[in-house]
Amino acid sequence: MHLVIIGNGITGVTAACTARRLNASARITLVSAESAHHYSRPALMYLYLGHLRYADVKPYEDWFWAENRLELVHAEATGVDTAARTVQLATGQVLAYDRLLLATGSVVRTADWPGQQLRGVQGFYGLPDLERMARATQGIGHAVVVGGGLIGVELAEMLHSRGIRVTWLVREQRYWQSVLPPEEAALLTAHIRRHGIDLRLATELREVLGDAQGRVRAVLTTTGQELPAGWVGLATGVTPNLALAQAAGLATDRGILVNELLEASVPGVYAAGDCAQHRQPAPGEVAVEQLWYTGRMQGETVAHTLCGQPTPYRRGQWFNSAKFFSLEYQTYGRVPAQAGADTASFCWQHPSGRHLLRLNFRLSDHAVTGVNALGLRQRQAVWERWLGEQTPIGTVVAQLAAANFDAEFSRQHEPAIRRAFARQFPAIPLAGRPRRRGLFGAWPG
Amino acid sequence: MQDFPAPSLALAPPPAAATPPGEKPALAAVALGLLALLAAAADADAARAQLSLGIALALLSGGALAWAWLAFGRAEAGWHPHDLWRRASTSRGAVAWASGLALTGFYVVLYWFPWLLTNLIRALDPFSQSLRHRVADQWFLYGTFYTLAVLVLGGRALWKYRFSRYHLARTASVMFFQLGFSFLLPGLLLALQQPEYYFTYFWPLKYDYLFPGTVAQLLHGGGLGVFMVFWGVVMAFVATPVLTYFLGKRWYCAWVCGCGGLAETAGDAYRQLSDKSRQAWRWEVRLIYPILGLIVLLTALLWLGASGAVPALGVVTGPLGQFYGFMIGSVFSGVVGVGFYPLLGSRVWCRFGCPMAAYLGLLQKHFSRFRISTNGGQCISCGNCSNACEMGIDVKQYAQCGAPIVRAACVGCGLCATACPRGVLNLENGPRAGRLAGSAFIHADSLRIL
Ligand SMILES: Cc1cc2nc3c(=O)[nH]c(=O)nc-3n(C[C@H](O)[C@H](O)[C@H](O)COP(=O)(O)OP(=O)(O)OC[C@H]3O[C@@H](n4cnc5c(N)ncnc54)[C@H](O)[C@@H]3O)c2cc1C
Ligand code: SF4
Ligand code: SF4
Repeated sequence: MHLVIIGNGITGVTAACTARRLNASARITLVSAESAHHYSRPALMYLYLGHLRYADVKPYEDWFWAENRLELVHAEATGVDTAARTVQLATGQVLAYDRLLLATGSVVRTADWPGQQLRGVQGFYGLPDLERMARATQGIGHAVVVGGGLIGVELAEMLHSRGIRVTWLVREQRYWQSVLPPEEAALLTAHIRRHGIDLRLATELREVLGDAQGRVRAVLTTTGQELPAGWVGLATGVTPNLALAQAAGLATDRGILVNELLEASVPGVYAAGDCAQHRQPAPGEVAVEQLWYTGRMQGETVAHTLCGQPTPYRRGQWFNSAKFFSLEYQTYGRVPAQAGADTASFCWQHPSGRHLLRLNFRLSDHAVTGVNALGLRQRQAVWERWLGEQTPIGTVVAQLAAANFDAEFSRQHEPAIRRAFARQFPAIPLAGRPRRRGLFGAWPG
Repeated sequence: MQDFPAPSLALAPPPAAATPPGEKPALAAVALGLLALLAAAADADAARAQLSLGIALALLSGGALAWAWLAFGRAEAGWHPHDLWRRASTSRGAVAWASGLALTGFYVVLYWFPWLLTNLIRALDPFSQSLRHRVADQWFLYGTFYTLAVLVLGGRALWKYRFSRYHLARTASVMFFQLGFSFLLPGLLLALQQPEYYFTYFWPLKYDYLFPGTVAQLLHGGGLGVFMVFWGVVMAFVATPVLTYFLGKRWYCAWVCGCGGLAETAGDAYRQLSDKSRQAWRWEVRLIYPILGLIVLLTALLWLGASGAVPALGVVTGPLGQFYGFMIGSVFSGVVGVGFYPLLGSRVWCRFGCPMAAYLGLLQKHFSRFRISTNGGQCISCGNCSNACEMGIDVKQYAQCGAPIVRAACVGCGLCATACPRGVLNLENGPRAGRLAGSAFIHADSLRIL
């Protein structure tokens, strides 16, 4: 069998590695235009920050591919003939496949702002963007970031690290309003502003203004202000990369439409990761998942199907994590920006503004439904169990130390959290004794 | 259609980072301190040399501490190694080569041309007299510089890591053990006419402590000497396995040991330079275990010789001991181990050469409750952990497939866990059952990574 995978991101590479594990003899080819070897996209910012070099963000050393007989083709795929089962490459080469996996990822999405074609205005998704940004931000004094998500904060931190003054325009009234409840948004807004970022809420980009050389010089906001900008980062989201799928005549909507086996609309062709859209997502779940973790899980799942072990995609409990300057964020289960009528939400904050824990639970049976943690590391395995077993909130609060994943000797906030919870929900009994960790301590189960 | 320009700048060395202007006076003080040190070394007049040395040490310490405050104290507390790979000093640039050469040169002079240091040594005489009741020698000079480096750059580490109680504790611990047990106490023992003994160094690192000759000499001294022999035996053969069982190798390497202390303080700026490649790991295994084997063999042969069972053993043990003392004790642990900090990273000796590390590592790997847990499926393969590992462990290889890190080399410095932006890693002591079990969130690829 010849398996051809387009895209050497986390999805394509996980599929390739899993397929090799399941099938020792298959011929596996990874095609990618962006880079010769797989690299970690979430680590792009660390290259700009100077924390790491390019070799450091490659998850595998270069010998890995040949030793595991994974063939690498560094070229763009320009077309697919699904009847003849061939892929055309920009180099003129044609690759015959038995099974084809599209793991083409995303492309930057922008609104059509006047002036966005000026030099010094760009999105941020891959190595070429990083390169362009590194060049364009050399020696500038001011920059503007547009869009209030996770890539926006990364751009702000990157620019800030080089002493560039950053104005950050966020359309919504609150930071990351679609995802975060008000307390988290407020805490992060304060944290970001403490770093000297001029975070402007409820402010949109209207127009990018250029100079005579076609370079950006300023932006105009919807509030009528003109802000100086030597560089403008558009971080208003990404959208599935459909170019190749459309060239191949596959059914697409926002993404490449796939069933639960991650099969696309034509036999022998599959899609996974950022570029795929589930025709029937499970209730309460999104159709297009644009995360590193989900890319890895989809890649692993589709590899089973590709190797003759049809396996439906089941993501399991939702989780995500990020870092906002020095504040780490983790979430498990469902914590919507606004808790539903059937859900109670308990939120504890440390007076320092550096730690926050939110616990959501159902009013009917007190089962815990989700957690947000800022500045507190939580143990995923414990949360997976609590959420899966619909553990009563009283037990969760009492046993919270079992989910503590902070470094040894860190201050433990569980007693304070427990007291705050007991004050707010005096009717809910806190079952079990709190468990603390220690140098020789018991193992949290 | 998207265009895909080939990445070039991301692969080429990025522009070098400039030193912030505010830090320049502090660095200038350090430079003046070095100058004063040279002046002291060149001055045959004892009083003037003393003055120069005093000024040198004050400028060096003050400058370094001021610089640490400027570099770390003003920014928000946290892990922000900005421009680490863009600065010449921390990315094997010209500054690093110069400092590497200077350090190596110092060791060469110290070991083989100590007469070049005569003026400095004489300048330390009053201090040595008051502490040890005897004149200074080159080793006292070395000990003073070493301790000062651990204390001053320990101060830098305390600033840098003030957000983490784990790092504060272990930094304070190595500073305490270096000052108290590796500098003051041995001096005090000399002043009291007792053998100069380092209670924090054990066989096989301080290999001669269990050589028959040393043991006989100590026992001969009576009371305290007998206790020293007892202490050395108990620490090497009882306390080390027990403590390592409960806490991992780190109780020694990152909390007590003087070599580790220097690495964690003076070497902290160079931890990223340790080579993470598979090739480097193969060299590690090829070197460190044979060195442990060699010192075990040598010790055994010496005891065999001392027992008189095999008469002519001295023919073997003499040259073997000399070879070991020269190659491992001097060249490796000093010249290469510390001299090359700015080029090869801070733990070259600990990783490739130290027989104690090999011994502790075997215990840690096969007989310990210690491991670094990985947090479910959270790893984004960013590589920050591997970059921070001074022992050259490619931590992300484990994290990205959800496996706990159980490696003989790990000294438990905890920096991988600090550097991780997703909270994936945690140093833990727990039951041995299931210690090697991976996370259920990622199905570890069985593909070879080492
Ligand atoms: C700056 C940034 C930070 C992020 N941080 C996080 C984070 O912290 N946590 C998280 O969960 N997620 C994060 N993400 C999202 C995460 O990186 C993506 O969800 C993930 O990389 C998607 O993986 P993928 O393999 O599906 O696609 P991609 O990684 O996009 O890989 C697709 C590859 O296919 C190539 N390709 C596409 N079309 C063709 C063609 N026709 N021919 C040849 N090659 C082609 C592309 O060039 C690309 O290299 C981040 C994303 C960005 C941009
Ligand atoms: S693995 Fe982590 S704790 Fe161990 S030596 Fe490396 S950085 Fe330190
Ligand atoms: S463990 Fe953390 S630091 Fe290491 S690669 Fe994974 S996310 Fe990055």
